[in-house]
Amino acid sequence: MDSPGIVIGFYMMAGLALGSGTLVFLARNLLHALAFLVISFLSMAGLFLTLSADFIAMAQILIYAGSISVLMVFAVMLTPLASRDNGNTIYVLPGLLAAGGIATFVGFLALDTSWSGPATDFTTTIDLIGNLLLGKYVLAFEIASVLLLFALIGAIMLVQTSSSDQEEGEADD
Amino acid sequence: MTEIYELIFEIGLMHYLIVSGSVFGLGTAIALGKRSAIAVLMGIELMLNGSILALLAFSRFPQNTSSDAGLVDGHVFVVFILSVAAAEAAVALALSVLVYRKRETVDLDRINLMRW
Repeated sequence: MDSPGIVIGFYMMAGLALGSGTLVFLARNLLHALAFLVISFLSMAGLFLTLSADFIAMAQILIYAGSISVLMVFAVMLTPLASRDNGNTIYVLPGLLAAGGIATFVGFLALDTSWSGPATDFTTTIDLIGNLLLGKYVLAFEIASVLLLFALIGAIMLVQTSSSDQEEGEADD
Repeated sequence: MTEIYELIFEIGLMHYLIVSGSVFGLGTAIALGKRSAIAVLMGIELMLNGSILALLAFSRFPQNTSSDAGLVDGHVFVVFILSVAAAEAAVALALSVLVYRKRETVDLDRINLMRW
């Protein structure tokens, strides 16, 4: 039996994550959807804490709720003439069907399988993750850093405007 | 009666997997059904978050304790997913700004340059 705090925390965080995720879909304004997305990310970080994943929860708050949402706000603000409407395409019905199918499938499998194994409690995961990252997974770690460098360079190269590009754009208009 | 009580109040792998599948499904619905490119990005981030939750849940409730893989390997996988998600978001948002500059819209229904 878990402590009641964990049970209450799990249901609160799960409800908040799913509820604000639904509101991302339903919100009329794109910026409101973004705000609900941040709430969803934060409550997912709370769920990670109930799984005793302290480092990942902090990384989630820093990377998702912090930087990726700021990046999205920048993208919304840098497209001022585009519509702020969070409208649906004609593919919304197949999308909803796919979503329901996936959720039902995973839920059915999770209910149907008899899961074994006790829960493992980590007092801290940071030193273990650090040892694995610089030991067993050092090659993947280096490749991830190269990927981030190329993403940085690629993003800068995509959005930079050289003077000749600008003249071309004006000639097009 | 006690079974139902245990099902509700004994938080296990099953509960986390159900939440993870639902968040992934929500992300799918948003990614497939939204018109704005930025909203589609939001859906993809939600899908990644759902899969991260499943990885962490399996790391806390290991099913095969005899294997020599450590218990925090799932956490390391999540670190890689986070870095790839950050890179992907940066490039995709740069792309949407670029498309906006050319076409003055990020509406995916109206970006039909490659349709014949």
